Amino acid sequence: MRADAVADVRPAAMSDDALVLVERDEPIAVVTLNRPKQLNALSEPLMDELVARLAELDRDDAVRCIVLAGSERAFAAGADIGELAQASAIEMLYARRVERWDTIRRLWTPLVGAVSGYCLGGGNELAMSCDLVIASETARFGQPETSLGIIPGAGGTQRLTRAIGKAKTMDVVLTGRFLDAFEAERAGLVARVVAREAWLEEAKRVAREIASRAPVAQRLAKEAIDRAFDSTLELGLEHERRLLYLAFASEDAREGLTAFAEKREPEFEGR
Amino acid sequence: MSEAIEIADVESERDGGVMTIRFNRPDVLNAFNASMHAALADALKEARDAAVRAVVLTGAGRAFCVGQDLRELREGTGDIAGRLRRHYHPNVVALRTLEKPVLAAVNGAAAGAGLSFAFACDVRIASDRASFVPAFIKIGLVPDSGCSFFASRLLGYARAFEWLATGRTLTAAEAHAWGLVSEVVEHERFAARTAELAASLAELPTRGAAMTKRLLERAAISALAEQLDWEAQLQSAATRTEDFAEGVAAFLEKRDPAFRGR
Repeated sequence: MRADAVADVRPAAMSDDALVLVERDEPIAVVTLNRPKQLNALSEPLMDELVARLAELDRDDAVRCIVLAGSERAFAAGADIGELAQASAIEMLYARRVERWDTIRRLWTPLVGAVSGYCLGGGNELAMSCDLVIASETARFGQPETSLGIIPGAGGTQRLTRAIGKAKTMDVVLTGRFLDAFEAERAGLVARVVAREAWLEEAKRVAREIASRAPVAQRLAKEAIDRAFDSTLELGLEHERRLLYLAFASEDAREGLTAFAEKREPEFEGR
Repeated sequence: MSEAIEIADVESERDGGVMTIRFNRPDVLNAFNASMHAALADALKEARDAAVRAVVLTGAGRAFCVGQDLRELREGTGDIAGRLRRHYHPNVVALRTLEKPVLAAVNGAAAGAGLSFAFACDVRIASDRASFVPAFIKIGLVPDSGCSFFASRLLGYARAFEWLATGRTLTAAEAHAWGLVSEVVEHERFAARTAELAASLAELPTRGAAMTKRLLERAAISALAEQLDWEAQLQSAATRTEDFAEGVAAFLEKRDPAFRGR
């Protein structure tokens, strides 16, 4: 049994009408998109808020895994269309809107997406920026942008292709078809499908599992996996080996190997 | 439409927690046309109301439902796949995903897609006047609206193939012997027995019954390890229902539970 079964739940230090809610339940934190009436449309202010909150949590050693959730009805149904309709191309360029998404990709702390309901357009791109996705059986994934005369612009064509291959990506992007949770799991877009009653609890359970393991090793493993997508196999393998040696040099590795030999639970310090 | 005005193609009525949905085109043995599908869709939507805790699907007159109204096709089969996708599939899915027990009271002939709709229910009982007719093959068609899916699950391949590919009519007694229906009732007692069974289904802990339905649906496609995990998730959800609290209390107090479907 792990010691965090009775967790220290602190109230979020912000009002319920904040665009993003943060609930710390160390060693995990749950970040919830909070524009439920707009199906969590990803407006500029919401994205700013989200990136800021995630960056704060990422700097906090007590937080070893972050859950990113939407509402039961929608993880996020896409960009804020009203906002998009008013923007000019040059404004979008200067707003560096999409660049901000890179912050999410560069987080050190493992990020678990908890997806229930609609996960469309920018919402799906946000989910794909997470390290893994736990999906409720109600989840629906899609990239419907071409019906609006635009295309996915925050990784939809690139990450989706890497996740599920060209054939299904073409199907999803060009026809606008939604994948249900089970098809998404079979295709490799999500890690697990769980009962709709349990989506958030299961995501937290996975997050606590991730948080229980050696933090340095988790960060290095995440980095190595991400490297697989923008590297040759040869360079990726070499990078992996170097990260292994680095992991070996950590105190956590000493503790983990010693605890295993002594047949006891390890206590990792993240050093 | 040449139908008499003001007569609904599907009738629905409530009696306590039981909602009865009745195919109501008796002069054509309750054959499906577009307007009967639309009426069924409305009724199934209404059946989602939490006050409805069990649903009965049955037919008016001599038949349960004999599938597609061929007269509607005579003017041209048109886009039959489109017709299936637009009219049939949403109603079949609505039955399978309705989160309460659904009883097919097969009062007479069930043929073609009428079989599919009986199979899409959770429990089936039959009048001794019922018959089960996989009519598709008799006019050179194939099973549709889920008939092949449900028949292979209920019967296994060998029986399903022989039956669906030959179009042989099963009597109620044969259907019972094959496990297609759980009970055959003399026609005179059929309405009373249907009401009795429906009332007992409506007294179940409805959410538990619905989660059981979902678990069985999933069992067909799961590996054991996945199914075990799914059971654990839904069991955890079940313990948060009021009916679970009532069930435990009633057990400890040695009385019958009074479930409220919450």
